[in-house]
Amino acid sequence: MDRAAIIGVGMTKIEKSKVRETFADMAWEAVNKALADAGMSIDDIDNVVTTSSDFWDGRTISCMAVGDASGAADKNTSCVEGDGTYGAFYGYTRALSGSYKTTLVTGHSKGSQCISSLITNASFDPICERGLGMDMITACAMQANAYMNRTGLRPEDMAMVSVKNHGNALKNPMAQLPMNITVSDVIKSEMIADPLHKLDCSPVSDGCCAVIIAHESVATKFKQKPVWIRGLSLCTDSFFFGDRDLARSNALVEAAKNAYKMAGIKDPKKEIDIVELYDAFTYQELLWLEEMGLADYGKAAKLLEAGEFNINGPLPVNPSGGLLSGHPVIAAGLYRIAEVVMQLRGDAGEHQVKKAKTGIAHGVNGLCGQSHCVWILDKER
Amino acid sequence: MAEKEQLIIESGEASQPFKYAVGMYGSKYFTEVRDNKRIMGVKCPKCGKVYIPPRGVCGSCFVEMKEWVEVGPKGVIGTFTILRFAFIDPETGHQKPVPYGYGFIKLDGADTLMQHYINLDDESKVKIGARVEAVFAQERKGSTRDIEYFKVIE
Repeated sequence: MDRAAIIGVGMTKIEKSKVRETFADMAWEAVNKALADAGMSIDDIDNVVTTSSDFWDGRTISCMAVGDASGAADKNTSCVEGDGTYGAFYGYTRALSGSYKTTLVTGHSKGSQCISSLITNASFDPICERGLGMDMITACAMQANAYMNRTGLRPEDMAMVSVKNHGNALKNPMAQLPMNITVSDVIKSEMIADPLHKLDCSPVSDGCCAVIIAHESVATKFKQKPVWIRGLSLCTDSFFFGDRDLARSNALVEAAKNAYKMAGIKDPKKEIDIVELYDAFTYQELLWLEEMGLADYGKAAKLLEAGEFNINGPLPVNPSGGLLSGHPVIAAGLYRIAEVVMQLRGDAGEHQVKKAKTGIAHGVNGLCGQSHCVWILDKER
Repeated sequence: MAEKEQLIIESGEASQPFKYAVGMYGSKYFTEVRDNKRIMGVKCPKCGKVYIPPRGVCGSCFVEMKEWVEVGPKGVIGTFTILRFAFIDPETGHQKPVPYGYGFIKLDGADTLMQHYINLDDESKVKIGARVEAVFAQERKGSTRDIEYFKVIE
């Protein structure tokens, strides 16, 4: 099979409200940063994939609004609605098709411009569910309760994720919520929906991220060191939440298994050096780690407590601060890819981890991890 | 300072009204609750799973389902949350009074869980595994709200 690599990344700072910027302004910044990072000009890009959501953007065909600022004029451009990792998946398949050499992928959203609970409520079935008013936080609170009931996880265990990730964000200039907090601060923060306190939840955010994916034939043609795509898979669970076992995520088990297989990874606990995953809520970091096979089911909290997932630990998880420190929906998974790329290149700056050859970037589409996309990236071909 | 900045325009009262087809499965489901206070699911002919809300296809088997099965109105709480923070009610556009309970209910005879409100008269009884029963609205109009909420029994 042909190979492809990521040869440039660019991200805007994640902020609570970029009130001075339109979607296109954010795309312009992220795209130009990615081009500069790769050592490319827009003429070196042969096609563009933008990722956005019409509901979040409050308009139809939201991708078209960022085309010009993403350098899509007179190019083959297409749009993916969903998390940025899914847009990048499409970009990767375009590289493998043999028809494209350099694909620019962007993902953007501005949570600040809408009422986010109404947007996430609108993802529920309009016939039997939407009118009840459930949104992302209530749905995830129920998933958290189901997971705690099954595993014996305590609120203090989840709170440790918040402490770690907000702490990591202190060293990431792109993060929205760097914070020096304690477990007690998390437990004492306002109860939003049992068992989730305010500091168990990711914030509403604005941001845009861009990555450039190159076919192997041109991956070393530009100035940047390529980071190779070794394994990649996505898998989706049932649409109705009531059909699923909310305390587990079979879709992630499948996605991870297939990505490891493609990458030739036998023992992920030993072979993965760094993880950037979709921690929209504290408990999700633990559940996702377990379902990816990086901890036994119900045991991730113990490893977290022992420092295993700290930025200087054996398996750093979300050294960037993760979604808890900034959650631009849609763009969030693309930020995970960009962060892992920077880490593997040794370019992560203050939040650089020690040893990083192979990393996982993880994206989620849909509430409570309805669909998962797992990327295995590697410094070496 | 330079001249005053204008940074935002608002959508105002603009809305996007929509008519959702509920399909023949949704139609039977709503009319049975409205007219007979009966909650109906459908059974997969292949795996035997009983689905609520009813829909035409069993996703895991990829076969059509035609056998109707009455489920509930009692069941157990599969999982739940208690909302403490006021969100906007999508039906009214106004904030709902808090706290209120939400749960996924496993109705007797069903294999999937149904999303609904849980009455909070005694919060301490709202637990995973607690027995609950549907409370039907006095005036039923053919919507999800024809079941008012589930209350803990026993």
